[in-house]
Amino acid sequence: MKVLIAMSGGVDSSVAAALLVEQGHDVVGVTMRLWGGESDTGCCSVSDVDDARRVAQQIGIDHLVFNFTDEFHRNVVEPYVNDHAVGVTPNPCIECNRHLKFDRLHERALVLGFDAVATGHHARVVERDGVFRLARGHDAAKDQSYVVHMLDQRQLSRTMFPVGEMNKADVRAHAERLGLRTAGKPDSQDVCFITTTKDDDGRSGRSAFLSRRIPLHVAEIVDVAGERIGEVEAVEMVTLGQRRGVGGGGGTKRFVVDVDVPGRRVVVGPEAMLLTETELVGQMSWSSFVVFGTVRVQCSAHGEANLATVEPDDGGVVVRWREPQRRISPGQSAVFYDEAGEVVLGGGVVISPRVRPGLEGHTVIDFT
Amino acid sequence: MDHAATTPMRASAIEAMMPFLDGVYANPSGSHRFARLARKSVDEARDLIASIVGCKPGEVVFTGCGTESDNAAIIGIVRRHGGVAVCPAAEHHAVLHCVEHLHGRVVDVDANGAVDPDALRAALDDTVRSVSVMAVNNETGVITDMTVVSDLVRRHAPNAVLHTDAVQAACWIDLRLLWPLVDSMAISAHKFGGPKGVGALIVREGVTFEPVVLGGGQERDRRSGTHNVAGIVAMAEALRATDAEREHEVARISALRDRLLTGLSAIPGVRRTVPDAVSVPGVVHVCISDVESESLLYLLDEADVCASSASACASGAMEPSHVLRAMGVEREWSAGALRLSMGHTTTEADVDRTVRVVAESVERIRAVAARLKRG
Repeated sequence: MKVLIAMSGGVDSSVAAALLVEQGHDVVGVTMRLWGGESDTGCCSVSDVDDARRVAQQIGIDHLVFNFTDEFHRNVVEPYVNDHAVGVTPNPCIECNRHLKFDRLHERALVLGFDAVATGHHARVVERDGVFRLARGHDAAKDQSYVVHMLDQRQLSRTMFPVGEMNKADVRAHAERLGLRTAGKPDSQDVCFITTTKDDDGRSGRSAFLSRRIPLHVAEIVDVAGERIGEVEAVEMVTLGQRRGVGGGGGTKRFVVDVDVPGRRVVVGPEAMLLTETELVGQMSWSSFVVFGTVRVQCSAHGEANLATVEPDDGGVVVRWREPQRRISPGQSAVFYDEAGEVVLGGGVVISPRVRPGLEGHTVIDFT
Repeated sequence: MDHAATTPMRASAIEAMMPFLDGVYANPSGSHRFARLARKSVDEARDLIASIVGCKPGEVVFTGCGTESDNAAIIGIVRRHGGVAVCPAAEHHAVLHCVEHLHGRVVDVDANGAVDPDALRAALDDTVRSVSVMAVNNETGVITDMTVVSDLVRRHAPNAVLHTDAVQAACWIDLRLLWPLVDSMAISAHKFGGPKGVGALIVREGVTFEPVVLGGGQERDRRSGTHNVAGIVAMAEALRATDAEREHEVARISALRDRLLTGLSAIPGVRRTVPDAVSVPGVVHVCISDVESESLLYLLDEADVCASSASACASGAMEPSHVLRAMGVEREWSAGALRLSMGHTTTEADVDRTVRVVAESVERIRAVAARLKRG
């Protein structure tokens, strides 16, 4: 098969590329240039592109760079900033997978005559009776099925995850055996377009990134009785369920139980106040067909998948937990697995009651 | 079909440089007999280049590349004399980034990408010390009327040093006609059959500038660093051959250009970016509707046709062209930009195959896009 492998410059995609070559496929590597921000990291991480290119040269395949900075900005960066402005907690990696790796890149691969697109994700595509299923990666600790949950039949039928059958330790061992320069490279953890190096004003990280694009507002922290107990520098960066930075001293653990961006108010309370029996989920995608009934629902990349029933609701679905669970911050993805918790059925984005009415278009912010 | 990016070396240039790679290895700045031998070759190369440009030998400064020559001419002038730097928006980044770095004035270009005389006029005054206008654009091949530019600069910016980036011009335009119009001029060996890593700044006697490379004071304190003897000798030979063949080559490549354009015009949705009358024969720039350059270049490459669209960034990704943006080309057209460029080794068969491969690739891209649209 003619396979286009997305190479980030990390160890997983390096080994994925090598495995495809070993399997006898006709392989071309590509690194997507996604982030073109000027005041941040400058050009996309050129050293990662260098790593990808050197690995490609070493295993004897062509290496290309595609410039998808416009699409990345439109589909990932802008929504990321807009979401923060309305108190929603986005997952940019999922949006990048949805719009770039498995949409834009798939389309490009079709145009160029490739049969499939491969990535270094730890997940598996299993075909049975003509239906493609997305299953968890072999290495439970590194499983990434959560972040690629949005793949539908058309995409799954043209997707390969060569390292999905491997443990991470084996991936690294394979890279070392081949002498790939990425063998010892640490896993990426952060949002790729947010720099950790300080800018000219000595700022770095998420607050620096956001403050250059939207106004950030000081907010008061109150307890459930309405008593003021402190303040936060930026209400836009507070997430439901958060503990850090909102403690206000004292013995009991306090969690953010409500974020009111327009009211510039953060309410903290005991963990019990976070518990809920239901969640609303919108922007649904289904792996093969719509599934209602008993499923397991996972709400973070490596969180537990808990039992629930899902039912249709106005424009989305309602998740009814078997046991009450902590509320999920709006903007996070809820991914539905089968009862065994192994096969992805579909997923969507959590809508909170507070922002639900206006969610459709989000608040549009003019970046200029 | 990518001669504007770089050219294959001329056999005579390779031959000229070989003795200095394998034999005469001395540093020409030394004082012994071997040094003098190397020195003689550098001096002869300088004389040869001077005779082709129509300048004095002392006005030829050897540099590491065209970019360095541009940097020396613009940044060097402003560092020495102060004042404002000016250039058009469609300049090569080697010029544009210098002027931006100096917080200079960037002026509009016309629809063909050549500097707009009115806009240039408006940017000129007594405070301007450096004006830089490229003779031929590297992306579109458009030719600047340097007579008009020179006249404007002399009249309205009397303190300015007029520089021209002639890197793309050397193949197509007699440098003897260009030189009297300007005060300095950049050329690069690998664009006319010479090796990479060597260029020259031709700078008029009496024009002083702060060198950008400091050190041992070679090139009369204008550019330090040990001479690239082999490169310099090969550059001189390549320029000699280019100059000798220019008239013949311009006629031959013009015919190929017509053939290429006739072929391309049969493909629906192909638009010529710059008319023949104002562009060099070696560059054919077109914009193709409903096609993305990255896809097209991949398919061309797969069929052994090497072309380009705009400049690439450090990662190797294609950047949207600042030249087309400056010309006001709409995004839907500039997204499908394609530059086919020809030179001393291009043949009729190359042109015919290029036409066929471009036609097939465009058709394929559009067919897949149509299929995706239908779902």
